[in-house]
Amino acid sequence: MAQKKSFNDQQDDKHYSEGRRNFLKQSSLLTALAITPPYLLKAAESELDEKAAGYFEKMPLSIEINGVNHKLSIEPRTTLLDLMREQLALTGTKKGCDHGQCGACTVHVDGNRVLSCLTLAVMVEGKKITTVEGLADGDQLHPMQEAFIKHDGFQCGYCTPGQIMSAIGCIREGHANSDDEIREYMSGNICRCGAYPNIVKAIADVKKGGQKL
Amino acid sequence: MIHFDYIRVSTTKAAVDAIVKDSKAQWIAGGTNLVDLMKKGVMAPDKLVDINNLALKEIKKQSSSLLIGALALNGPVADNELVRKEQPLLSLALQAGASAQLRNMATVGGNMMQRTRCPYFYNPDMPCNKREPGTGCGALKGFNRMHAIFTDSEKCIAVHPSDMSIALVALDATVLVSGPKGDRRIPFQNFHRLPGDMPQKDNTLERGELIVAVDIPDNKFSKNVHYLKVRDRTSYAFALVSVAAALDMQGSTIKDVRLAMGGVAHKPWRLPEAENFLKGKTASEAVFRQAAELSMKGAKGYGYNNFKLRLAPTSIVEALKAASGKK
Repeated sequence: MAQKKSFNDQQDDKHYSEGRRNFLKQSSLLTALAITPPYLLKAAESELDEKAAGYFEKMPLSIEINGVNHKLSIEPRTTLLDLMREQLALTGTKKGCDHGQCGACTVHVDGNRVLSCLTLAVMVEGKKITTVEGLADGDQLHPMQEAFIKHDGFQCGYCTPGQIMSAIGCIREGHANSDDEIREYMSGNICRCGAYPNIVKAIADVKKGGQKL
Repeated sequence: MIHFDYIRVSTTKAAVDAIVKDSKAQWIAGGTNLVDLMKKGVMAPDKLVDINNLALKEIKKQSSSLLIGALALNGPVADNELVRKEQPLLSLALQAGASAQLRNMATVGGNMMQRTRCPYFYNPDMPCNKREPGTGCGALKGFNRMHAIFTDSEKCIAVHPSDMSIALVALDATVLVSGPKGDRRIPFQNFHRLPGDMPQKDNTLERGELIVAVDIPDNKFSKNVHYLKVRDRTSYAFALVSVAAALDMQGSTIKDVRLAMGGVAHKPWRLPEAENFLKGKTASEAVFRQAAELSMKGAKGYGYNNFKLRLAPTSIVEALKAASGKK
């Protein structure tokens, strides 16, 4: 909770002026305040001082995400995943384990698939990031997105953005030459619904199509 | 994660200076292990010194070795044509480690610097002589299924988690480091250490010594190699036991051989007795079995990991069979 709150405090209000997400956050915060004993509120206040100090420790960051340039000021401890989700309202990239074990947060940095939960945002200064939001060309879905729909490569869909970003990387890296190879090189993306067979089919189909990804 | 300062450096000298003058500063390269440890509160540097701008990414053929820069990434190294042709064992070991995304982030230098995945080390509420010397080893009488069967001290029975390092120790690699007192070459066998009285020290680097490259001498192990990794799932899990096997065969005679194991000790575990025994012998399952038995001298189980006492020799035999083509 404490961590979440500190992110909320960093947020740019304009992204959060509407929507269910915001309502839920505000209402749960109000509920929390109402039931919080006074001595804890006092502690929260002194934490605010720390945040004020933290403000001066922010670093400038300029990155390009899905073709849009961002000039930001961030704390060095902010991961790329948290920056995108909490400060830029790019929630397509999912937070699964937050420890590099599930692959839900997979994005491309300069075209290579990496885990955004283990990437400090300050370390991708000047780089080009692509997330699942950046794949479609207007209404035209990316071939991998089309293939996931065609082959029913998901059930609940939570791991899907990571699966799709990873799948594109798998083909680009030249490791989608057989079902076994696809399984091995996609093993960093966990799907608790067990949609694996259809994910493999989707990737094999795109690979067969031979398009440049 | 706690607050920390962050700076970027672009020369080896600046990288070394930044660490020498600030005792709580730490280098960061791929960050795949360090960022995770910082999130868990296991490590808490005051300052991160980003070394990714250093020119240490090159892979190049020398007159009698292959030199791999410390910042070369695990995935690209595994796929590199030179590496696949000259040192296929290294390529196989790298492919067996982590996931494709992590291999695109993790560097060669960082891979050998990664900390153990012992759950007692990873949990600041648990005793651990490696994380907090003097608190005891939680694993010794605890849940030690992943732990060592070879050690020189019961102060720590954690294992080194790297696959890449198992291949590098087998291939007699050398680690090139640059530090405040100049440059130094460390034989890979001496790079990682057994816990002894200082389980907090994973390796023999001095404060301020930066890994700049790994040098692998040319060898005849371009064909009969195998990296066997036995784990709880087929892919993307740490080794229970792994075996790197490299053979130089003349017909069915073993001219030369290298063997090393992972998942069994605090450091990549070379098997010199087995190697000496196998040299000059005719390859057969019976001979491999004898070599494997020789390798188990001094092995000890701690309860949950007793199965490794059988799994390890069996894995050695299987790896040798696969490497020799005697499947």
